[in-house]
Amino acid sequence: MTAATPPVSGDERPAADGRPVSTSALPAPAGPIPPQRGAAATAPPGGDAAAGGDAPDVPSAREGLWSTARRLRRLAPQATNGIGVTLLLALIATVGKIVIPLTVQQTLDRGVTGPDGVDLGLVRTAVTIAAVAIVMTAAATYVMNVRLYKVSEGALATLRVRAFRHIHDLSMLTQATQARGGLTARVTTDVDQMSQFLQFGGVMLVVSVGQMIVATVLMLVYSWPLTLLVYVCFVPMVFATRGFQRRLSTRYALVRRRVGDMLGAVSESVVGAHVVRAYGAQRRTATRVDDTVEAYRSAQSRAQVLVAVVFSAGELVSAVALGGVVLLGVSLGVGGHLSTGRLVAFLFLMTLFVMPVQMLTEVLNDGANALAGLRRVLDILDTPSDVRDPAELDVDGDAGGSGSGSGGRDLPPGSLDVTFDQVMFRYRTGPPVLHGIDLRVPPRARVAVVGETGSGKTTIAKLLTRLMDPTEGEVRIGGVPLTEVRFSSLRGRVVMVPQDGFLFDATIADNVRYGRPSATDAEITAAFGRIGLADWLAGLPAGVRTAVGESGGLLSAGERQLVALARAELAGPDLLVLDEATSAVDPATEVRIGQALLELTHGRTSVTIAHRLSTAETADLVLVVDAGRVVQRGTHADLVAQPGVYQRLHSSWSAGIAAL
Amino acid sequence: MPAPGDAPDGPPSPGGHVDHLNPPGFAQSARAIDGTRSVIWRGLRILWLAVREERRLFALSVFGSALFGLATVASSYVLGEVTQRVIVPSLRDGHAAWGSVVSAALLVFAVGATRAVGMFFRRFAAGVLQYRMQAHYRRRVTRQYLRLPLAWHQRHSTGALLSNANADVEALWAPIAPFPFAVGVVVMLAAAVGLLVATDPLLAAVGFVVFPLVGVLNLTYSRLVSPLFARVQELRAEVSTVAHESFDGALVVKTLGREADETARFRRSAEQLRDAMIRAGRVRGVFDPLMEALPNFGVLAVLVVGAHRIGSADLSVGDLVRVAYLFTLLAFPIRAIGWVISEMPRSVVGWGRVSAVLTAEGEQQFGTEHLAGTGPATLRLDGVGYRYPGPDGAAGGAERPEGDKEAVPAAALADVAFEARPGKVLAVTGRTGAGKSTLVSLLARLVDPDEGTVRVDGADLRDLAAGGVTSAVALVAQQAFLFDDTVRANITLGLDLPDDTVWDALRLAQADRFVEALPGGLDTEVGERGTTLSGGQRQRIALARALVRRPRLLVLDDATSSVDPRVEASILAGLRALGSAGSSTVVVVAHRRATIALADEVVYLESGRVAAHGRHDELLVGSPGYAELLTAYERAAADLEAPAGLDAPRDLGLDTDGPRHGDAFDEEVLS
Repeated sequence: MTAATPPVSGDERPAADGRPVSTSALPAPAGPIPPQRGAAATAPPGGDAAAGGDAPDVPSAREGLWSTARRLRRLAPQATNGIGVTLLLALIATVGKIVIPLTVQQTLDRGVTGPDGVDLGLVRTAVTIAAVAIVMTAAATYVMNVRLYKVSEGALATLRVRAFRHIHDLSMLTQATQARGGLTARVTTDVDQMSQFLQFGGVMLVVSVGQMIVATVLMLVYSWPLTLLVYVCFVPMVFATRGFQRRLSTRYALVRRRVGDMLGAVSESVVGAHVVRAYGAQRRTATRVDDTVEAYRSAQSRAQVLVAVVFSAGELVSAVALGGVVLLGVSLGVGGHLSTGRLVAFLFLMTLFVMPVQMLTEVLNDGANALAGLRRVLDILDTPSDVRDPAELDVDGDAGGSGSGSGGRDLPPGSLDVTFDQVMFRYRTGPPVLHGIDLRVPPRARVAVVGETGSGKTTIAKLLTRLMDPTEGEVRIGGVPLTEVRFSSLRGRVVMVPQDGFLFDATIADNVRYGRPSATDAEITAAFGRIGLADWLAGLPAGVRTAVGESGGLLSAGERQLVALARAELAGPDLLVLDEATSAVDPATEVRIGQALLELTHGRTSVTIAHRLSTAETADLVLVVDAGRVVQRGTHADLVAQPGVYQRLHSSWSAGIAAL
Repeated sequence: MPAPGDAPDGPPSPGGHVDHLNPPGFAQSARAIDGTRSVIWRGLRILWLAVREERRLFALSVFGSALFGLATVASSYVLGEVTQRVIVPSLRDGHAAWGSVVSAALLVFAVGATRAVGMFFRRFAAGVLQYRMQAHYRRRVTRQYLRLPLAWHQRHSTGALLSNANADVEALWAPIAPFPFAVGVVVMLAAAVGLLVATDPLLAAVGFVVFPLVGVLNLTYSRLVSPLFARVQELRAEVSTVAHESFDGALVVKTLGREADETARFRRSAEQLRDAMIRAGRVRGVFDPLMEALPNFGVLAVLVVGAHRIGSADLSVGDLVRVAYLFTLLAFPIRAIGWVISEMPRSVVGWGRVSAVLTAEGEQQFGTEHLAGTGPATLRLDGVGYRYPGPDGAAGGAERPEGDKEAVPAAALADVAFEARPGKVLAVTGRTGAGKSTLVSLLARLVDPDEGTVRVDGADLRDLAAGGVTSAVALVAQQAFLFDDTVRANITLGLDLPDDTVWDALRLAQADRFVEALPGGLDTEVGERGTTLSGGQRQRIALARALVRRPRLLVLDDATSSVDPRVEASILAGLRALGSAGSSTVVVVAHRRATIALADEVVYLESGRVAAHGRHDELLVGSPGYAELLTAYERAAADLEAPAGLDAPRDLGLDTDGPRHGDAFDEEVLS
């Protein structure tokens, strides 16, 4: 029964189904908050009991520091390794800071202005002790620094890798192409920002806070009224700084938006270079770029003014405090409550107290940004993966899988058939994409799914490969509900060849081997041969060892598709799901692809999302999808003879193809 | 054709032409900088560029910084004096002269306030200076992108060019923010040394040991750490590349169940980065406590020496306090010099990349001729040859215009000659890599031929005045490029056109209906690269952009490939009518037979040469290559249709006819 209630996706967004999305080459600066956060936050609670098992509460934007730390510890436990020793070292490091004011005070009060005049012996002793203390402090600081770097970088690397793995399990990666930039930022800039902060500000933050506390204690020891005076000066300043911080973060947010605008405008002048030239739009483009550059600069400058104000205000406050301490100090001293040494030492202590305040204002902003980045990474890790391997569910003792056998099932051997039983699908926030689809694909049949853009064709392919699960109903392959099939069994037997035939920046052999990691070069060459591509392969400069370049850029779109087909052939699946390529290739390559497809689908069950009706003509069964429903089914010959959607599609298509 | 969006400050010039924005004498300065050997000197020369360009801001920030530095030194002097003249006597005698105490307190405050003022001007002016320099160079770099020929663009990847304008400019001007601070620190140190010498020569000697040591430590640190951070930068880029690639290929990774292997690959890069960060952290971990300990040792030395001098009555208590205080105050600002130095290697690398763009030559030159006629133009090519730039273009084939990717870097075009007569439709076809897209870019003078001439109405395109080509020729590329703007602006691109004209063009491009349905009609924002539209819709907008100009020569580079076949048929019919109505000569690159069928003449390219030229039916007979190319697809379709139509199995059970399809296909088409 639980099997019939598939874990419903947590936070998918309506993706522009089958629609080309931005392939902008822009790096994502500081990463815009990915849309999935908003979607997750607005998700109706409690609706999906099946998925709610281990779904953590949706992290709120205003999460406290402490709960972030707890989340971090849960996800990267080594973050707190040896924290006791490190804190002890930090204590030594900060206590060491008071050595100088203490020595100055001793020297002044007892060494040079003591009752017996100058006491060189005492000065030497005090200085020697201080020197030893300084060396020890430096050593402790060094060890603490290295420990902090090691632990924090280790924890960040763990977080990075875990987030990377987890993102691959999130269906939004394959559904909402536009979210990819944001997801990439989670494992790159967000973590980098944190690590950058820890290198440059993090240690300073730890030491500064300690230094302020220690300085305060000592100041209290020397003179509590003077300490009170200092605090009276600085407390309002701290409150004012909080207000400034808020304004500053608004201004920085504007800066980040402006960077995005600027990069967008600059990239138009690069990516659109040919259009700009062909239409003489240089001046227009230049104006746009200049405007965005100027807007960026002005946003930066506005933020900078605020920073300068905050800093000099801090300095001004400390000037007030210093003057006040001189005034109050002398009056206390005259009353016999304070010695010269103590008063001077107090003035020294104030530099110890003021500097951390200054540094804190400097690093707090970076710190807040880094923390925001860290929270985004933790949020991603806490987003439940919507499609889960049943093999893992039982290991976790997950309630959703416990009723349905031991960690999922394998697909039956041999040819596979496909059944859609009242399958309904809707994206979390959108209207239904598929309304109760029923269909059966017999083993080893070639099926073409046709329909206009947005009809739901691609959704069928994604449900078949379990890139997502139906909202209602069930998909069965070889009689087994897809949600119960172990991924180890599913991924080898059911293979999808996506539209764009994505290639990695490696050789052809490496890319094909992706289908079966153990394959030798000879087996790969044989796979090309089996689908009739031996001659194409032979024509390449280095055969299977030919490098394909970034995203396969050294090959044409059609050639990339050929490699993708060989990859599928090598994987040797029993069910092939093909999303037909739409980009135009020259007829010779197209014929090659067509022939390779025929070879590839031979003896296998195949479901092709057809964008060309020539594919439908060769299929055993044609399914016509319109507005999320199967409106017609039959062979091409049947359908073309009946009035209906298919006939309409076909006539316009043949008008285009055979106008001669 | 002046565009309405012209920058008001620029001199009047045609919409297509932009001037560079480099400061006068930039090329000379660049040569001088590149001729300097040491990184630090080169860095200083680069900073000098900023000083010259933003004199006033620089002066203001140095003024602020020097004020800050002098006030810092003064504050230690004042504190010493206050101790000696007010604190010590008051506390010793048990009563104070309140007038002098108040003025002492006021003096302490005044010096502190001066520090604050200095700090404000330094921070503010230095920041503004940095952002202004960044903005100047970003504008200059982008201006070059707009000026330099397409051939130059083809040699550089998009990513590199974007990073030139953003990250590299940022790196270039990274040292300019702390630079005025460092200059001010030098002033401060000079003042401090003066004060020390004036106070006591022996205490000054301590200073002469400690200050240079701090300087040396800073330099050593910068030297040690900059290669480590360079490595960190590299590894960050690597981590990012792996993540991008893996997520871009997510569908493949997921459907083949390779997540674990991808994670292992990512983990390798992430762990390398982690180790590099820790290595850099170790160096920093040593440096920070040393930098702090050194001035503290200075203070201790001052106390010992000072106690001796007080004992021998050569020094007052106030002097001692003053010098000790000075040492604690100076420790922090001295680091500013280190900040400048440590940013220099990065800055020099940024300079290398940015100045390469700014000094690049090869802007398209224009002639003075103007095309006299109106209506469809005659296009004539004679002996045209074109070769892609050599090995200095890093990745060769990867950067060519879409579609034309050849394995062998031979001439892309050789000895191409043909004529398109006014009002006629000429189709250009050939296999992938035959040179079609290259040819098209010559027709719109995106590039100039290495040999031969391209003439419109008898005028060599190179002899036409600026704006001459763009006003006569409109090119629609294979990949429709839309700007992040409204539908209307994407079509007019700054021309002042009435809406009716825009709608006419949209109608002809079969785009009127979907544009009407858009929420804002013509004013709908299409998003970056037109993301909110489908590929076919983008292509139709791009087509309308060309048609609205009523070009005398319309060049379509497979411009309807993503359009629904039904819609494409209507567009083609409209274009056909356009040709026969006699307003444009049309050159169309096509694969699809339906498109080619529209043409009056066909040019068939093979390996960059015209292999055949004539009417479609003539070529089918006369050119075996052409016949094979054009009919391969159709014969395949025809052969497959026959069995499917005649004896397709009514039971949908098994694939009995599958192999037969394959075999028939094989025999007829590929043998």
